[in-house]
Amino acid sequence: MSERTYAEINIDCNEEGYLTDLDQWNKDVAMDIAVEEGIELQEKHWEVLDYIQDQYRKEVPLTIRKIGKSGIVDIKTFYQLFPGGPLKKASRIAGIPKPVSCI
Amino acid sequence: MKKLLILGAGTSGTMMANHMHKVLPHQEWEISIVDQDETHYYQPGFLFLPFDLIKSKQLKKSIKKFIPEGVHLVHGTIDRIDKEHDQVFLENGMVLSYDILIIATGTHIAPEEIEGMLEDQWQESIFDFYTYKGAVNLRNKLRMWPGGKLVVHISEMPIKCPVAPLEFAFLSDSYFLNKGIREKADITYVTPMSGAFTKPKATEALGHLLEQKNIKLVPDFNIERVDTENNKIIDYGGQEVAYDLLVTVPTNMGDEMVARSGMGDDLNYVPTDKNTLQTKIKDNIFAIGDATDLPASKAGSVAHFESEILTENIQRYIEGKELKKEFDGHTNCFVETGHGKALLIDFNYTQEPVRGVFPFSGVGPLSLLKETHMNHLGKLAFRWIYWNMLIQGKHIPFVTPTMSLAGKEIEESEQVES
Ligand SMILES: Cc1cc2nc3c(=O)[nH]c(=O)nc-3n(C[C@H](O)[C@H](O)[C@H](O)COP(=O)(O)OP(=O)(O)OC[C@H]3O[C@@H](n4cnc5c(N)ncnc54)[C@H](O)[C@@H]3O)c2cc1C
Repeated sequence: MSERTYAEINIDCNEEGYLTDLDQWNKDVAMDIAVEEGIELQEKHWEVLDYIQDQYRKEVPLTIRKIGKSGIVDIKTFYQLFPGGPLKKASRIAGIPKPVSCI
Repeated sequence: MKKLLILGAGTSGTMMANHMHKVLPHQEWEISIVDQDETHYYQPGFLFLPFDLIKSKQLKKSIKKFIPEGVHLVHGTIDRIDKEHDQVFLENGMVLSYDILIIATGTHIAPEEIEGMLEDQWQESIFDFYTYKGAVNLRNKLRMWPGGKLVVHISEMPIKCPVAPLEFAFLSDSYFLNKGIREKADITYVTPMSGAFTKPKATEALGHLLEQKNIKLVPDFNIERVDTENNKIIDYGGQEVAYDLLVTVPTNMGDEMVARSGMGDDLNYVPTDKNTLQTKIKDNIFAIGDATDLPASKAGSVAHFESEILTENIQRYIEGKELKKEFDGHTNCFVETGHGKALLIDFNYTQEPVRGVFPFSGVGPLSLLKETHMNHLGKLAFRWIYWNMLIQGKHIPFVTPTMSLAGKEIEESEQVES
């Protein structure tokens, strides 16, 4: 556990920089984390972030496939919005834990 | 007479038929089990077949042989479940009614999910080893293969036996060495996961083995399509990996029957309570094994642990008692690493695989997360245990359905949330 400063407040994060308490999240925090990931958040990003937070609250495990079928973005666009590891980056910016694939 | 109906006579269904036949009073309960096949395949053997390490006939036995007398075995393809009326329709027109239903229809590969996979190169330069036919074809291909770029690949998680593709990479290293063509074979392991495996301790140990065996690792690769003209796989981020021989584990999906019954998730897995094994569909429907959406490994050993708990919970359900929330995701699996060695991992929903000994604290004889010859013998013994104990619903001595911490090197911080 460590603390990081985003949007001028101290936020609890794990070693990999994922928030440990979604209640500490707000849009300014998201924008600051996005800067660290090299992403400037646009309207489409927010729609995706909204969707994945909503799924997280409903305890639905997230996968790339599920996001592709969400009706919000297709997988290709999801990669363009969050280049590199889209699910990991989007989760971090959305303030939810790093997704684990079930094995 | 009350009716218990089991869908699928693979590993899980066969175990449940044996367990339930033992515990339910025969004058009150009629048990039936349905399968579309007449052959029971020993799927763990599909890993060894491509390398000529096992004979094809050692993998097949008749389903009938393992269904106890007194249980009705119905041959046919399940069309759908009508949960409102507690009925199951078969494609041949038969209708089976039930008081309690167990879904055990497993999971299968769906290469059609990936663009370009199921076209002209399928079973020519692109192979799977998750089906009997795929494993036989791949064996024939490897016998003649002169070397080149071998890519061992996972399309999408979850897959059954998630360590099998890694084992395939390790075994191909020994196979080519023994054939004297290792320097002509360039082996690459491509996975959508961030490392060799997902759980940190195991990823470290297995990643190290890949390096030692000179197998390249390409992590975080989410395949978009196969370019069969240029022999490349391409991911959504634009990464490309070239192959001469592609051995892939395509997307795994639950049976279409689940979708036709209107009950699965986006991969046709049945929403199931991860501790009781009752489905979230209806109280009298239970599910076991690969067919469920449990956040546990899809493996025969897991289904074995589940079966002991499910047997008890169905009895409790019949008696009107509260179900036991006992299943903890216990997984125990051997990882074949080639050259007559294997390593063993033992974990559950919250405890990741760690080092130590198994099953007896301080004694072993099996070592956790460490390559030994003894573990390899354990893996080979698994086939005998599978046919003679596991699917017949016999308890395997000293191995408990819930995970034991004895003999494990646990640190406080290793308890993880699943
Ligand atoms: C290459 C490979 C290696 C493996 N290695 C290991 C290992 O080392 N250790 C281990 O523990 N596990 C291993 N496994 C996994 C193990 O084989 C499975 O987890 C296990 O068989 C699951 O059992 P199940 O009963 O849930 O599904 P299955 O055994 O697949 O049975 C499902 C049954 O349902 C039937 N069915 C499905 N749909 C219908 C329908 N519509 N109508 C009629 N019948 C239907 C099928 O015909 C089948 O008989 C391996 C698997 C593979 C592929």
